[in-house]
Amino acid sequence: MIAAILSLTLLGAVLGVVLGVANKFLQVEGNPVVEELIAMMPGSNCGQCGFPGCSGAAAAIADGSAAPTCCPPGGKALASAIAARLGLAVDLSAMADDGPRIAVVAEELCIGCCRCAKVCPTDAIVGAAKQVHNVFREACTGCSSCIEKCPTEALAMQPVPVTLQHWVMPRPLAA
Amino acid sequence: MGFRDLFSRFAGDDWGVHPDDHKRPAADRAVRVMPVPERLYLPLQQHLGAPARPVVLVGQHVRKGEVLAEAQGMVSAPIHAPTSGTVVAVSEITAPHPSGLTLPAIILEADGDDAWCELAGCADPFALDPAEIGRRVAAAGVVGLGGAAFPSAVKLGGAARAGVTTLVINGGECEPYLSCDDRLMRDRAADIVDGIRIMRHASGARVARVGIEDNKPEAIAAMRAAAGDDVEIRPVPARYPMGSEKQLIQVLTGIEVPADGRPADVGVVVHNVGTALAVRAAVREGRPLISRLLTVNGQCAADPGNVEVRLGTLAEAVIAFAGGLKGDGLGLARRVMGGPMMGMQIPHWRVPVVKGTSGLLALAGTEVADQEASPCIRCGSCVRACPMGLLPLEMSSRIRNAAYAEAIDFGLKDCIACGCCAYVCPSRIPLVQYFVHAKGELAAQDRTRLRNEATKKLAVQRLERLEREAREKAEAAARRKAEREAAAAAKAAAEAAAVNSEKQGESA
Amino acid sequence: MSDFLLLLLSTALVNNVVLIKFLGLCPVMGVSKSVDSALGMGLATTFVITLAAGASWMLDNWLLQPLGLGYLRILTFILVIAAVVQFTEMFIRKASPGLYQSLGIYLPLITTNCAVLGVALLNVEQKFSLLKSLLYGFGSALGFTIVLLIFAGLRERVALARVPAAFAGAPVAFVTISLLALAFMGFSGLNV
Repeated sequence: MIAAILSLTLLGAVLGVVLGVANKFLQVEGNPVVEELIAMMPGSNCGQCGFPGCSGAAAAIADGSAAPTCCPPGGKALASAIAARLGLAVDLSAMADDGPRIAVVAEELCIGCCRCAKVCPTDAIVGAAKQVHNVFREACTGCSSCIEKCPTEALAMQPVPVTLQHWVMPRPLAA
Repeated sequence: MGFRDLFSRFAGDDWGVHPDDHKRPAADRAVRVMPVPERLYLPLQQHLGAPARPVVLVGQHVRKGEVLAEAQGMVSAPIHAPTSGTVVAVSEITAPHPSGLTLPAIILEADGDDAWCELAGCADPFALDPAEIGRRVAAAGVVGLGGAAFPSAVKLGGAARAGVTTLVINGGECEPYLSCDDRLMRDRAADIVDGIRIMRHASGARVARVGIEDNKPEAIAAMRAAAGDDVEIRPVPARYPMGSEKQLIQVLTGIEVPADGRPADVGVVVHNVGTALAVRAAVREGRPLISRLLTVNGQCAADPGNVEVRLGTLAEAVIAFAGGLKGDGLGLARRVMGGPMMGMQIPHWRVPVVKGTSGLLALAGTEVADQEASPCIRCGSCVRACPMGLLPLEMSSRIRNAAYAEAIDFGLKDCIACGCCAYVCPSRIPLVQYFVHAKGELAAQDRTRLRNEATKKLAVQRLERLEREAREKAEAAARRKAEREAAAAAKAAAEAAAVNSEKQGESA
Repeated sequence: MSDFLLLLLSTALVNNVVLIKFLGLCPVMGVSKSVDSALGMGLATTFVITLAAGASWMLDNWLLQPLGLGYLRILTFILVIAAVVQFTEMFIRKASPGLYQSLGIYLPLITTNCAVLGVALLNVEQKFSLLKSLLYGFGSALGFTIVLLIFAGLRERVALARVPAAFAGAPVAFVTISLLALAFMGFSGLNV
């Protein structure tokens, strides 16, 4: 009885000390994966993923609480890059991909209040006070954070028309 | 003898396929020249690279050969008026493309005069600087007429810079049904050889070799008669895709172009025979590329043959001129622009002929393999047929499961989309369609990635701007405060001085 | 020498820990979706099993048996295994964050991988020497890794195949591994 208690206690103590020392030597500062993921993200902090900014999303993806496909502006390219980095299997075909959308200003409704331009994470909206605003197609990421700021509902998300340069041949039906 | 040679001796060197060529009787008929139609539709993008930028106004009258749209960017080509007439509109028309999407085009109404503008030719092109030839070729809007429509001047300039030694001329015309290059070589061999010499001069190559498939004996004979000692005419076995750049180079020079390299890396540049003719016209006579020879063929074509048409002519009009369709086109199963292997299925005939259009095919139901695909039986036919030595069955199964990265590991980027694999597949699996889809998808992913990088830059710049604004505001506030304080201090000092002087005054 | 070779062969192939003794099925089903993570899992498990086999032999022969504490065997073995797994986890996290991420929950679960405890207990039963028990542990772990790799390779192929909807996913994986087990039964004819 005494021998059993002693030996188990001793064993536990020795293993505990060994693990404690190992932990000291193998300490990992922060999570390097999260840092890498943040570097891969678009970085516009648009919030479409439902997390506060890209670093929040990166942390959520790294600890597994969010799917790699959660970033709409990143699209399939980002999703597959993250999945490859983390060694996850990812179902790209399940990713909602109804084409990119960008904000468009209806010029007859815009009153030039400048509220939308202030929230745009990429400075894609130009316009001075009391002047009709406009959206730079190339710079708009389609995050739609400007939509709700507009007091006259002059802003709307519209799909980017498919052009010959962007057309992708559809995948043949499974044989 | 290396292991590789030994292996290829045992395995046989039997890449590619041998489809029925269907080239005759169209190839044996004399060329018909189509008159200028009433309206011409000239897409701004008829070449690889950036679209051209219009430089004419609606309502403006232009003469034949005048520039309608100029090249923009490094890889681009200008567009010239194929006849004299009036620009009536710049608008969207159906593109000669399987998607059926539209693209902007200049619509020109012919005035019937067909009057040339002044052309600046050159009697002795060999006295010109190679760079000057390149400029003239670029100004004439010459692009590769084999089908890919890559701007020729860019290729010539690149070849000169890379220091190529061999100019390979592609007279293979390995696509079934097409015979326009064959016809050109039979009828205009001397001009083609002249064009080849000009191109050899421009690209700085020493050797010029013409590869012609051995199913065109008349073309070989005509070219042999026209070529001197300095241009080699080499018959090559008739086999699809012999006209593909990398395959033709290997057969003619024995050099294998590396997987991620271009022919210029191994000292070779490849041009088409039609391009040689266009280069000659551009340099000797200063004539821009405004017309081309194309083949009208297919079982549904009533009178197959080769037709010389102005660019921008509607396919509808070309078909009508070439005898129309058999039985009013009731048996028509598929409309194809280009060859049957790599050409494009087009939605209707109301699309214009562009620089890269080598043929218009009206195919009947018996000529198209439109069967439902069955599962892969792993026969390996596609592996044997693939001219690039890839594994089409492995790549397609990855692509079907959207595992594009794995497909790249299997060599998707080396695929030339020749269609041999789909042609030989006993299960009728649309293999090449998978690859074209995957390439498009990967290009789209690349675009998103670039866009994300740009977004990131913009986001960082915005943060910097906000910081700078905040800092400037703070500085301005600090400055104002300092000014206020200084002013207050000065005022206090002045008041004190006043008080002092008053005191002094009092004391005095 | 041939003694050791035969021991290695028989543990790795003939008495394969997964397919003949049916130990450690959970990670075999769980971490066999890609060959890369299967290799990582196999290496981690090999490390743990070999170390645990050696450590448990020492504990059993030098501590438990002299003191007559045979009834504490499972308890102490679990303790040792848990410690080794903890160490492995820390090490992998430091050395390869990507592998750490892709193994996910299955890495700490090596503790409860019955193959680890099973090998340690069987080892004691056989009354081997220290060297032989290390070899026994290594051989079993090798067998585990081989099966994991083969099965992951098969599953990568099966994922590309067109499987009837009712069989897609786990069912077809079970069918596949049963065929693999049949194949491994062929080794029992080796009679080593």
